[in-house]
Amino acid sequence: MKRELIELRVNGLTHELAIEPNALLLDVLRRDLGLTGSKRGCDDSSCGACTVLVDGTPMLACTLLAFSCEGPEITTVEGISEHGSLAAIQKAYGDWGGAQCGYCTPGFMITVKHLLTVNPDPTEEEIRAALSGNLCRCTGYTQMYSAIKAAIEAEKKGMAAAK
Amino acid sequence: MTNDYSIIGKSIAMIDAAGKTTGSGKYADDLSVPGMLHGKILHSPHPHARIKSIDTSRAERLDGVVAVVTGKDAPNPFGILPVGHDEHALALDKVRYVGDNVACVAAASEAIAEKALELIAVDYELLPAYFDPEESMKAETNLIHDNKPNNLEKDYHHVFGDPDKAFAEADYIAEGRFLANEVTHAAMEPHCTLASFELDPHTGTLGRLTVWSSTQVPYYLQHKLSLVLEMPMSQIRVIKPLVGGGFGGKSEVIPIEIIAGIAARAAQKPVKITYTREEVFWAHRGRPRTIVDLKTAVKNDGSITAVKARVVQDGGAYCSYGVVTILYSGALLGALYDIPNIQYDGYRVLTNKPACGAMRGHGTVNVRFAFESQLDEIAAKLKMDPAEIRRRNLLKPPCITINGLRVQSYGLPECIDQIVTRSRWSERKGKLPRGRGLGIACSHYVSGAANSIIRSDMPHSTVNIKIDRDGGVVIYTGASDIGQGSDTMVAQVAAETLGCALSRVKVVAADTDLTPIDIGSYSSRVTFMNGNATLRAAQEVKKQIAAAAAKKMNCAPEDIVFRNDRLTNDRLTCGDGSVTRPGDAELRGESPTVSGRVEGQILRGSLQQKRKDEGPKDSMTFEEAVVAAIDFHGALSGTGSYAPPSEARGGKYKGAGVGPSPAYSYSAQVAEVSVDEDTGEVTVHKVWAAHDCGRALNPVSVEGQVIGSVWMGMGQALTEEMIWKDGLLMNPGLLEYRSPSSVESPEVEAIIVESIDPEGPFGAKEASEGSLAATIPAIANAIYDAVGIRLHESPFTPDRVLAALRAQRNAKPLNLTEGVDPTAPEKFREHGGELCFKGKGPKRHESDSARQPAQPGGAD
Repeated sequence: MKRELIELRVNGLTHELAIEPNALLLDVLRRDLGLTGSKRGCDDSSCGACTVLVDGTPMLACTLLAFSCEGPEITTVEGISEHGSLAAIQKAYGDWGGAQCGYCTPGFMITVKHLLTVNPDPTEEEIRAALSGNLCRCTGYTQMYSAIKAAIEAEKKGMAAAK
Repeated sequence: MTNDYSIIGKSIAMIDAAGKTTGSGKYADDLSVPGMLHGKILHSPHPHARIKSIDTSRAERLDGVVAVVTGKDAPNPFGILPVGHDEHALALDKVRYVGDNVACVAAASEAIAEKALELIAVDYELLPAYFDPEESMKAETNLIHDNKPNNLEKDYHHVFGDPDKAFAEADYIAEGRFLANEVTHAAMEPHCTLASFELDPHTGTLGRLTVWSSTQVPYYLQHKLSLVLEMPMSQIRVIKPLVGGGFGGKSEVIPIEIIAGIAARAAQKPVKITYTREEVFWAHRGRPRTIVDLKTAVKNDGSITAVKARVVQDGGAYCSYGVVTILYSGALLGALYDIPNIQYDGYRVLTNKPACGAMRGHGTVNVRFAFESQLDEIAAKLKMDPAEIRRRNLLKPPCITINGLRVQSYGLPECIDQIVTRSRWSERKGKLPRGRGLGIACSHYVSGAANSIIRSDMPHSTVNIKIDRDGGVVIYTGASDIGQGSDTMVAQVAAETLGCALSRVKVVAADTDLTPIDIGSYSSRVTFMNGNATLRAAQEVKKQIAAAAAKKMNCAPEDIVFRNDRLTNDRLTCGDGSVTRPGDAELRGESPTVSGRVEGQILRGSLQQKRKDEGPKDSMTFEEAVVAAIDFHGALSGTGSYAPPSEARGGKYKGAGVGPSPAYSYSAQVAEVSVDEDTGEVTVHKVWAAHDCGRALNPVSVEGQVIGSVWMGMGQALTEEMIWKDGLLMNPGLLEYRSPSSVESPEVEAIIVESIDPEGPFGAKEASEGSLAATIPAIANAIYDAVGIRLHESPFTPDRVLAALRAQRNAKPLNLTEGVDPTAPEKFREHGGELCFKGKGPKRHESDSARQPAQPGGAD
């Protein structure tokens, strides 16, 4: 299939790319932009490992045509660390065992980031519901909840310090 | 002084955690090299067929296709076990399951390769296929492998003690058939291999091969590549990047890993192949469907006097780890409880389905489900508390079991105590309202197999350590981190031994060119074996540093204490740890700084150092000591290796090699469930899981492993099941193969029990597998406590629960799937490109929309 030009805004930078019109966003991110943080774990949009933010909404990059993403701001896992250091949730996932093999972790990072943006103080039930679209085979999720709670605490402390 | 450690025993983030949470860590599929092609594999659509011919010419002519390879390109057989070299990377003459590998295309893009697959014409002659192990064992013609009569891969018949006498003298005998359906690892990362040849400067032709692969066993991969590609091992380099979970699914050489090499050789270009999720299900190597006929004899006081188990495993089309799996099923009847008489008959049977192999809890899980369920039935019959009957059958270590397993550390009694207390077992068991219940079960697992797959006296693990003037400690280990945290474990063990800051330690792991041999991440061996090798290597380096430092400090080497990035003379402090030693302040605050001095000063050399540090010193920094040691010895490096002691290698009978381990982990669990009697749905509310891991080197990781094991066990107990029809997998996706999501996952309270093993590194044992097996029977027993039904077939899906509830009420069974036994069709033929039954075929319920109206004149 003949390639066509497209402009994608990813993690704050605009990229001009020549891609096939049927190319999926996930393949473009991984292959053309070298952003291999987003993973492919399934064939049928069931695992969530490729989750990215499209204008702040978590979407599965494996089922989006890259051409349908021209315009909006795309954020991948590579774009969520803050000021060159680990975001609170990234640090907490490491400290609390939220990531074991780490293959699903980028998807969780995006999902949790979105959760905490729309709901900064979620209940455990809300956390469970928010994570249910992402599959993990290592952790049994339990340590992720501890990590998320720790990240919320860290954020609160950080906010208090900033004030 | 059990808490006198500064690094181990404290929860820390894995040393590679940031790469995982930022997405910068590289897994095999994240890698690419210039000029790389993409490979796609053509799979068999038939469960059992002879290949009459393959025509690849049209595919080869497609623009963008560089090479098409078939079985003829690499005809040597391989297999993970030396006794099981029955696989070809690409089928030679026969395909043996739907999904078997037939050909591979290497092309400029995946899309072109996929298109080319459609242009390959394969002419098959269909053969009768076998799907049910008990049927398969009756086969006399059209065998799956010609050298395996009755499609029997292997059978073992072991008798220890005098079981017949014990059964004759028993007060009560329980007997039953248990069935555990097939499950698979479904690791989040699909298998991927990138193979790249370099040109030899002397011959000008293809030379060395480098393979990056998602594997738990890089050294076995190097070995099997060498066999199939007919290259010396020294010309093959296998590198394990980050691996996105294994659970046993990557613990043997999967055809894709060899096919990539074959394709790269034919294409003369690097080739990367990544499985789709569906292909991962076909590659499989999961836990086989297992039929367990179990008989247990007890005395009235609850003591178990004998066990008879007949185990049939539906092994799929190739040997894989099968011989080991069927042996584990029998061997680990021992080493949990004191059982004086055991009879074991195990049958590993070939069927026309993807090969089963090793999966977390290898071989032990399904038998443990049967055993612990039956023990619960016995306790109920004897009106004994299920926790109490387990306590009455404890081993008295140190001991050697009737089947030759040496048990030393044994934390099972404390595990049982812990969960009984935490779950308030005595107050609540049997007293919850109908529909809610508690169940208990125990399990155990090896901390590494005492005998390696390839029989030799070679150490199982070797580790090298190098320290340079910068004070950086580089560890070269073959341990394969697959997410369980072995790199971190190695760093912790070395830092603790050398008394240096963890930030000094760099781990170079699992690269066959750089790291000494380690046989891989399987049988939960890495902490015990690679940990011990690391410990020994670090001790060797430490000795060298101590010898040099002793001269500077004017004391005996053995008086020097290495701790908190400093060396101190133990005689100058009180030695009881009560006096503040230099560096303790740093420990309480932030981690010690890597260098106490201005950068660059060390590099200016030791002369300046000497001038500066005249006279004997009471203490030295780690860096100063390293410089002194390098000046003294010329270089600073150490090697350590580990081989299990001969006393731990088991008995002498045939099959005695599987089961022995230098140490066993123990687990006891209580599950709390509720059962909806209208829908048959089982909900697990909480699991209390106590695990004896010897010593927790990194407690957060140990808890993570225990929780993950319990969770995976719960998946097998409730929802996970590979459903087959005519040898075709009905649920090859993560939506249909249902592993629990976060909303369906219970709270798991992981309780660490430390029995301090005499031979483990700092007393540590296995933590990643042993807990899985107890979860399934704990849930089964909790279901009994809740609604009084005994479920003998896993997973406990709503239809099975409802069927048992109806049977309990003597109601007529609701047979929604009458006659549809996906494992026992009669015959096959090709029809319109699809498989269908010849003969009667499955009967379907009238309301089943798939029901076909009878065709007059058709093959009914």
